[in-house]
Amino acid sequence: MPNMNVKRCEMPLQPKEVRSHNIEEVALGYTKEMAMEEAERCLHCKHKPCMQGCPVSIHIPDFIEEVKNGNFKEAYHIIKKTSSLPAVCGRVCPQENQCEKYCVRAIKGESVGIGRLERFVADWARENLQEENVKPVLNGHKVAIVGAGPSGLTCAGDLAKLGYEVTVFEALHVAGGVLVYGIPEFRLPKKIVEHEVDSLRQLGVHIECDSVIGRSETIDELFEEGFEAVFVGSGAGLPNFMGLEGENLKGVFSANEYLTRFNLMKAYDENSDTPIYRAKKCVVVGGGNVAMDAARSARRLGAEVTIVYRRGMEELPARREEVEHAMEEGVEFKLLTNPTRLFGHDGWVSSIECVEMELGEADASGRRRPVVKENSEFEITCDCVIMAIGTSPNPLIRSTTKGLETNPKGCLIVDEKGMTTRKGVFAGGDAVSGAATVIQAMGAGKKCAQSIHEYISNLNQ
Amino acid sequence: MELLTVRIVEQECLNPTVTKMVVEHEKISIKAKAGQFIILRVDANGERIPLTIADTDPIRHTVTIIFQIVGATTKKLNELQVNDMIYDFVGPLGKPSEIEGLKKVCVIGGGVGCAIAYPTAKALKIQGSEVVTIAGFRNKELVILENEFQQVSDRFYMMSDDGSVGQKGLVTDCLRNLLENESFDEVIAIGPLVMMKFVCQLTKEYGVKTIVSMNPIMIDGTGMCGGCRLKVGGKMKFACVDGPDFDGHEVDFDEAMARNTQYREFEHHAYETCCNLLKKEEDHA
Ligand SMILES: Cc1cc2nc3c(=O)[nH]c(=O)nc-3n(C[C@H](O)[C@H](O)[C@H](O)COP(=O)(O)OP(=O)(O)OC[C@H]3O[C@@H](n4cnc5c(N)ncnc54)[C@H](O)[C@@H]3O)c2cc1C
Ligand code: FES
Repeated sequence: MPNMNVKRCEMPLQPKEVRSHNIEEVALGYTKEMAMEEAERCLHCKHKPCMQGCPVSIHIPDFIEEVKNGNFKEAYHIIKKTSSLPAVCGRVCPQENQCEKYCVRAIKGESVGIGRLERFVADWARENLQEENVKPVLNGHKVAIVGAGPSGLTCAGDLAKLGYEVTVFEALHVAGGVLVYGIPEFRLPKKIVEHEVDSLRQLGVHIECDSVIGRSETIDELFEEGFEAVFVGSGAGLPNFMGLEGENLKGVFSANEYLTRFNLMKAYDENSDTPIYRAKKCVVVGGGNVAMDAARSARRLGAEVTIVYRRGMEELPARREEVEHAMEEGVEFKLLTNPTRLFGHDGWVSSIECVEMELGEADASGRRRPVVKENSEFEITCDCVIMAIGTSPNPLIRSTTKGLETNPKGCLIVDEKGMTTRKGVFAGGDAVSGAATVIQAMGAGKKCAQSIHEYISNLNQ
Repeated sequence: MELLTVRIVEQECLNPTVTKMVVEHEKISIKAKAGQFIILRVDANGERIPLTIADTDPIRHTVTIIFQIVGATTKKLNELQVNDMIYDFVGPLGKPSEIEGLKKVCVIGGGVGCAIAYPTAKALKIQGSEVVTIAGFRNKELVILENEFQQVSDRFYMMSDDGSVGQKGLVTDCLRNLLENESFDEVIAIGPLVMMKFVCQLTKEYGVKTIVSMNPIMIDGTGMCGGCRLKVGGKMKFACVDGPDFDGHEVDFDEAMARNTQYREFEHHAYETCCNLLKKEEDHA
């Protein structure tokens, strides 16, 4: 008999009063017992609806069955067949819009905690399995990967397993992409990312940090050096600003800058040389994961934080769990509110003027378009504003590589195989889709690894 | 991590606060062009700071940087000796200076800004342009790169605040004299923000195109953080990818000066304000 509890087994959390003063992970993970109990809630539907919601088609009921029986190793192998980064995705995927959305249990209660089970299995494997990462026999072909984010790392791993000599070029001083510079430690401990990167190294992947492709060397030069194909996984790291009056005042940051200082440069740590502005009253503009991460980071540095978002609660694009955690940690939400300008004093931001919004007709994306309420201006006093209103692909690669075409948003154009308009240059992840999700980036990296394998095999026939 | 640590091969004190360092880096030594910069991190806890590439030797595979000791990071850097390693060294970053086709140019360097102006003057000389250089310092003790500039300049003027070396006065005094009597295709001014601001006001009067090199606070240097943003011609630009060179008549210097003091209040914390090369000069200005 399955466990018919309408509620899922609760995730143990760090108490909210404690965690808003530290950077340790908030969600502590299931124990074996909890995982097995939760796995009992799966009804093993024949048509596996959950799988259709998974961008990489993990065999969800199969791995859950193994968890139920305590065969965690087997569960891990099932997940690993289609996903390269389960410990990451189990923590950061928007499951409520993916697998869990289609779970039959969600009709009469809460869906099975698929993400939590995935995380449990991956964490168990990291702690208990000695993965034999035997270096595969090299096939004599070289592939270059630009960017060490989830798409690049996944593509590198799959190609290395096929025998390719793979070099990943990363602009920053550590590998991981958004997983190390954007998503904070309290949501995704860096040791998990390091573990993934280490296992790639064991497979023989070279990772060259401090290499900005387009400047240190160009894609054309990589071909001249003997790489037969290039995968571009350079992400969508260019921060957008609103173009408001006062946006260049001191105390106004892009979320990328604030989070890079906080995460990559570990500015929360007394031993780090990198400064970060410790605000008293911080306003974060935006409603996505980036906004939640910035808000919760600022909170941990002691600020009172208000999130300003132009649509309503229902429309917040962030993962539901992050919104809940942010609220529990005391972040205030001002919804249906849009900033119009920033005022300063002595060069520092001193307040932000906003207008109230109401939701009108649905727009092309299906979301109801916010419209300004007449004469609703009001001011919020603050000493810090963080702009988290989205990012676009960085133009550096396309401006230094001939023949790479992009759409009007600056995203690289690719065919169904993931090849760009330049022969031998493949691309995936946020560089192609615009800012999206870790799992989509990983999926694109996997697909491109296959395409590159076919492409090089055909070249050499 | 496979760290690309680089070895220091020369270290020389140019004046009491300015140090020259030569490091080994094959790729950058071959690739770098005048006007570009690198970002380095001294050690595992270090912050990322930008420094202009002052010179390169593609045969010896070396890159020269010149920095003023103004904060914790440049102090740590200055304590390193020949054969020590620098943790991270990324580059060349930024767009190279656009100097093609210029026949006669006035290059102005202010203080440690001379370290940034020198490679551009040298590149101009190599392509056959006529180079007139004005270098300004506070006093005799702080003079750097005098011989180097002499070698690449058709005419060389030295100015100092106190008259202890060259002529007493500001670089703008010298420039005004020149502009009264001759014309230039372009003026290239690199130094403290106030100096560049006043040079630009002057050249605007005379209608001479002026290029300045901006050095705001940076982290990544790849266009990812927006910390280096400035207003140029009313539009937002990122100095690390759109610059560092900009049309000086379009730059909002007052905003740039304010932004460069963003982290100055955090004295207890190790930090570098703005361009490490320029801070001292600015404090003084
Ligand atoms: C703060 C934040 C929170 C997020 N939260 C979530 C979440 O909870 N769930 C989720 O699914 N997604 C989340 N996302 C989105 C997710 O992180 C991205 O969709 C994903 O990381 C994209 O992967 P990628 O490999 O395409 O690119 P990235 O992760 O952006 O990696 C690109 C890498 O390429 C490097 N690079 C760029 N240009 C060059 C160059 N010229 N040369 C060499 N290297 C270069 C960059 O330095 C970077 O390391 C979040 C994003 C942010 C910013
Ligand atoms: S230094 Fe980060 S965008 Fe320029």
